[in-house]
Amino acid sequence: MPATLTVPSPPVDPARPRLWALPSVRFGVRRLRRLLVSLWVLVTASFAMIHLIPGDPVRGALGPTAPADLVAARRHALGLDGPILVQYLHYLKGLVTGDLGTSLASQLPVSDVVAQRLPATLILAGLAFLTAVVLAIPLGVVTGVLTRRGRGRRTELAFTTTSIIVATIPDFLIGVALVYVFAIQLGWLPVAGDATASAYVLPVFSLAIGPAAILARIVRVEMVGVLEADFIRTARAKRLPARAIYVGHALPNAVTAALTVGGLLLGALVAGTVLVENVFAWPGLGSTIVRSIITKDYPVVQAIVLVYGVGVLIVNLVVDVAIALLDPRSKIRED
Amino acid sequence: MQGRWRRVVRTPLGLTATVLVVAVVALAVLGPVLWGSGAGAVDTDAILARPSARHWAGTDNLGRDILLRVLVASRLSILLALLATVIAVVAGSLLGSAPFVLGRRTGRWVSAGVNIAVAFPGLLLALFFAVVFGVGATGAVLAIGLAGAPAFARLTQTLVAGVAARDYVAAARAVGIGRFRILLRHVLPNIAEPLVVNATIGAGTALLSFAGLSFLGLGVQSPSYDWGRLLYDGIGMIYVNAPAALAPGAAVLLAGLAFNLFGESVAKGLGVPVGGGLRGVGSARAGAASGPERTDQGEEAGDRSPEVVLDVRDLEVTVSGPSGPVRPVRGVSFDVRRGEAIGIVGESGSGKSMTALAVTRLLADHGRVDASRLEFLGDDLLAPDTAVRRRTLGTTLAMVFQDPMTAFNPTRRIGAQLAEVATRHQGRSRKEAMARAVDRLTAVRIPDADRRARQYPHEFSGGMRQRAMIGMGLMGAPALIVADEPTTALDVTVQQQVLDLLAAIREADDVALILISHDVTVVGEVCDRILVMYAGRIVEDLPAAELATAARHPYTRALVDAVPDMNTDPTEPLATIPGRPVDPADVPPGCAYADRCPLADARCEAEDPLLAADPAAPADSPRHRVACWQAGEPLPVRPDDRSIDDLVESP
Ligand code: SF4
Repeated sequence: MPATLTVPSPPVDPARPRLWALPSVRFGVRRLRRLLVSLWVLVTASFAMIHLIPGDPVRGALGPTAPADLVAARRHALGLDGPILVQYLHYLKGLVTGDLGTSLASQLPVSDVVAQRLPATLILAGLAFLTAVVLAIPLGVVTGVLTRRGRGRRTELAFTTTSIIVATIPDFLIGVALVYVFAIQLGWLPVAGDATASAYVLPVFSLAIGPAAILARIVRVEMVGVLEADFIRTARAKRLPARAIYVGHALPNAVTAALTVGGLLLGALVAGTVLVENVFAWPGLGSTIVRSIITKDYPVVQAIVLVYGVGVLIVNLVVDVAIALLDPRSKIRED
Repeated sequence: MQGRWRRVVRTPLGLTATVLVVAVVALAVLGPVLWGSGAGAVDTDAILARPSARHWAGTDNLGRDILLRVLVASRLSILLALLATVIAVVAGSLLGSAPFVLGRRTGRWVSAGVNIAVAFPGLLLALFFAVVFGVGATGAVLAIGLAGAPAFARLTQTLVAGVAARDYVAAARAVGIGRFRILLRHVLPNIAEPLVVNATIGAGTALLSFAGLSFLGLGVQSPSYDWGRLLYDGIGMIYVNAPAALAPGAAVLLAGLAFNLFGESVAKGLGVPVGGGLRGVGSARAGAASGPERTDQGEEAGDRSPEVVLDVRDLEVTVSGPSGPVRPVRGVSFDVRRGEAIGIVGESGSGKSMTALAVTRLLADHGRVDASRLEFLGDDLLAPDTAVRRRTLGTTLAMVFQDPMTAFNPTRRIGAQLAEVATRHQGRSRKEAMARAVDRLTAVRIPDADRRARQYPHEFSGGMRQRAMIGMGLMGAPALIVADEPTTALDVTVQQQVLDLLAAIREADDVALILISHDVTVVGEVCDRILVMYAGRIVEDLPAAELATAARHPYTRALVDAVPDMNTDPTEPLATIPGRPVDPADVPPGCAYADRCPLADARCEAEDPLLAADPAAPADSPRHRVACWQAGEPLPVRPDDRSIDDLVESP
């Protein structure tokens, strides 16, 4: 569920009452405000991260034997030697100008590191989400139709149990299992890297299977519910063929709710890439952030946390807008 | 309480999960004691060995037995997961109850913060805290615990808000008890159960997340080891010895699933039990006894003028109930002629709506339909559905449903929903269909139809929606409109508009109408003929004009009598029909109305009266049928009911 902020609504400007009266305008403004607040919290958190580290992070990173002047120099390089407010403003300014600092490990600009690693992660997450949706919707619709109005009790039980179990398995364990079966036992697919197209298969499926199970379950439940709705009876009274009823009338209504959850899943999937990338030595942000955490390369960690966070915020925004477009009532419901 | 727990164990999934949890906890307690030394023993003869009789899962790079290490690692893995869960639950419930304790203003900020945090995936939060608290077991426990806190805070918030609304909390507040004390005394005990259940699920998740962090190298550090750490070591040698990665992976998975599923089963078991009620047709087949058991005497057999639009003989509907099949419609026969308006009245549960859905073949999964004849425009509706028939029905048979709020698809524009009929069944282009839709909306008196067609259902008022629904039926050229309680859900002020519209359409295009209502006045006003239904049967079939004056069945007369009129004393309570409608699952052997009928005698209770032409009916209404042994007999006077007097004296 996207963040709901209960900030008092701004006073209605009497000069433009018409514009403000439009539900879509109100929705847009409200959603934008929420996005900005979340973004501010995120940026502040990523700034604060380094200051929250107990003790002296620079000393911690360099080790107890490092000479004091090196520590001071490094502290200066990280911008950790001014008053906190100055540091904060400096950090914000850097973000706005695209300056994310310099990696302690490689001495490269952090923005270069991110730019180099981001595409692989984006492709992985995007493909995995698509795969999950493509697997889940037909599966959910079909089992929904099969189990409507208490039909197919066994199908329902088998489907629900399987999907609960599958959804609980963390993606990196699915990854390990897939590697074992398809790379080691069968030797069909490569075990690591992103050099060939076939190298995408295992990482993408490792990420997609769990969300697909959850999504399929939700689509099924929604389908079963929607198929009971009066407007489905209306569609039947119009004598539409079964497929037109299921796909044309039931599915859009079932998908609205599935989309809300789908957004959460996609957010989780963005983070899930971290683990899966480490299983498959995928050259993305996930393997970079882990290495950077271990080597205490704080500027890189800060930047990647920020990138993931922004990714999640964008996903949430897109989902909200998509829901608003698909289900015209949702804009008003939030009022 | 015990019964509820037993319910958890009774499901196969719940039982498995319970057994697994017990086994995993036992392993955590006993594992290090039993195999602690074995797991540390170095076998220099077998370094990085594959599985053998001595080392079932092979050995690691120091020659230590992997299986033993997996077994021993259970204690640390579970301990750390539980610690993290405790942190998550404590921090979460503190945050979650803060709005209650701190009051609205401060609480709002806390919950806003929680809402923002919840929007970020747990793993991202865990990474954030892992940076703050540093790499290692302690850092990972704090990281996973705090990362789980927002979700628990959200849950607590919801639970607290639910309890806070209850009377005893309000009462405690009114007496001036402090908020913190109320929280401890009244609120927490009431939300403890769901919190504990969710904590169990949370423990499973924490276990899996912890394995994730250790697997990344951010959790437990060598020489300590948990399952995640073993996996981290094992993945490097997965080509050399696959079980080194698979064994700890399987262990994490099993333990994580055990906690998760145990929590889920407990949640389900403690919740509201599922079951009962009328169910789908799947089992209707099982017990449905044979064909029609008895029939109404139809209007003279063979009298099927070409004017007949709908012809129904011996219609029965069977649904499956909690204890065997139930028959809410028990042999109904009638026909509808071109341009005729038939009203079907009866109390709820009389089977009138079921009848309407059955004759239009819209009952679908809700029940089984049997009839010796069911024809619409000469078409056999009992035959299997075909594309051709869908087209015919889609353009000639219109439906209007009770609740216009829910009868339209909320995600589609009104115009598109109307146009669909024309594109589907009449082969029109989208544009033509849209033009037709606008035209039809105008025909049902929707102002500014062009603009309205582009709106969504929620932008229409109830009355307008119902008119649009009628407009949808007019997309084709209907021969029959079936309207099921079309005005019941509407404002009194627009009810008349909708009825007038139906009447106007009928007159203009010679469309037949079946109007179903619980309201005798409504049907009396619009219809030519009225079918009175009781307990799944037609008990009287009479011309609308005779309703007030020549109704012969005691039930019809009681219905008419329950309508307030000029003679009703407004200070008296409205006359109602005493007694309850018959339960379709338990229909008595004789006349179904006998229980409530003031005229009932021994014969009524033993023999079921058939619907037959009323011998006493006036010659000018030959189609008057009634099912009563004592049709038309004067009703006894009830002392407390003066309007009955009027009725008795009226014939
Ligand atoms: S048959 Fe008997 S019990 Fe039934 S309605 Fe007639 S008089 Fe009443």
